Amino acid sequence: MTAPLLDIENLWVRFPSRQGVFDAVRGVSFTLGRERLGIVGESGSGKSMTGRAILRLIRPPGQVEADHIKLDGADLLTMSEAQMRAVRGQRISMVMQDPKFSLNPVMTIGAQIIEAYRLHSKASKSEAHAKALEMLEAVSIRNPERVMRAYPHEMSGGMGQRIMIAMMLIPNPEILIADEPTSALDVSVQRQVLDIMDTLVRDRGMGLIFISHDLNLVADFCDRVLIMYAGRVVEVCDADKLHAAQHPYTQGLLNSLPRLDAPRARLDVLQRDPAWSEAASVSGRR
Amino acid sequence: MSMVRIDGLDVWFGRARDRVNAVRGAAFDVARGESFGLVGESGSGKSTILRALVGLVPTWSGHISVAGQVLAARRAKAFYKQVQMVFQDPYASLHPRHSVDAVLGETLSLHGFRDIDARVVKLLDDVGLGQRFRFRYPHQLSGGQRQRVAIARALAPEPELLLLDEPTSALDVSVQAEILNLLADLRQEHRLTYLMVSHDLSVVGHMCDRLAVMKEGEVVEIMDVDALRAGHATHPYSQHLLQASV
Repeated sequence: MTAPLLDIENLWVRFPSRQGVFDAVRGVSFTLGRERLGIVGESGSGKSMTGRAILRLIRPPGQVEADHIKLDGADLLTMSEAQMRAVRGQRISMVMQDPKFSLNPVMTIGAQIIEAYRLHSKASKSEAHAKALEMLEAVSIRNPERVMRAYPHEMSGGMGQRIMIAMMLIPNPEILIADEPTSALDVSVQRQVLDIMDTLVRDRGMGLIFISHDLNLVADFCDRVLIMYAGRVVEVCDADKLHAAQHPYTQGLLNSLPRLDAPRARLDVLQRDPAWSEAASVSGRR
Repeated sequence: MSMVRIDGLDVWFGRARDRVNAVRGAAFDVARGESFGLVGESGSGKSTILRALVGLVPTWSGHISVAGQVLAARRAKAFYKQVQMVFQDPYASLHPRHSVDAVLGETLSLHGFRDIDARVVKLLDDVGLGQRFRFRYPHQLSGGQRQRVAIARALAPEPELLLLDEPTSALDVSVQAEILNLLADLRQEHRLTYLMVSHDLSVVGHMCDRLAVMKEGEVVEIMDVDALRAGHATHPYSQHLLQASV
């Protein structure tokens, strides 16, 4: 295999608190090639923090430590803020969890998408407008003209998230970090949005880090999966073999899902074992 | 007698060129003691039906009746005792500066109960939280525990009909299993009728007896869960949904 796009070694994210230092991410290592890498886990497992740490978006008092976070050989940890600004958005783009907090409430959708596009390219206003309309259609928004004039509070959660995806994909980045990009969407649209992301990853040779709590979705959509629990990677496996996962945590998560084809009166509830959080992190390098 | 009857329901937002007809001519019945699901994509109007029913959206026309009582623009006080709602996001639906005790106590006193102390204890036991959570604030609770508090608050006036708007979509799958089990138990104990909105067909398949599929504000198909499980959807959109979720 060729050199990975992104190479992360021994990543720690720490938050000092009154009760002592809280380790949100504990010694995570992985590489990302031109592939779709899934990170799954429950809320609080450190999967979002891993994504944010890559873009150095963790604010003080939070601390990020790693042996290295290399993007095409250059260490992101030693870059200046000005250099990081050239990376964010253009080379590594991120779709955040909640469109309600990532869209500007006092700007129309159209103005925001056009601003994001023109920040990274020298397109004229009318070109940017046409491009924004095209992107909104690509994420299957009906009536994009009306949406361009609308404000974020007029959008449903699903529409907001599609707008975010459109905005993030316009600069054509090398790596897309998608943090629960489809959890606000419904199954039918989920598929469409994933197909759009899939096309981008394949056509442009992008790397995708797909952070999600939805095991079935990740098994379906990604090439490789890291399963995180309490800040550590407990298991790494190929996505198509996720259902044959070995770790009791992964199995417990899979069993707690209701299934259409296998009705049950009661769902299994996950029984947690303290030993899971003590074990050393599994490396996701290849 | 049916618990909920909805016929020719229209709901709209905005006006002139920005008017959106969120629900158009929706019609369905929910029998007493039944658990009925509403599924569809975002913007299909499924939550809007719940919000119109409970009185959060004033711009509707058509027929809604609950337990034989036809609803008008203003609702009687008794209505809110009969019908309660659990919202999607337990992080947003609880007041951050009110303790669990205050949330439940205030609800109980508003509904005119006297034995508030005993009832708060009973409600917490009912939702599996217990005494030690009584004087905590929402930030001291996990997402699942908050949703349990929201369910306890909904149960406080002893309703007959519970409207569930995506009650588990903000929760982890392991916590979702706990909440769905709790809701199933409560329905049996209190003989509740559920009207549940979800985008997740497997959750609706697990919880409900019948369901309505909605698309662009219209109910396109009503079927029972056995038909859903067997994959006998007749409308092309329901088939599409079913394929996407398996």
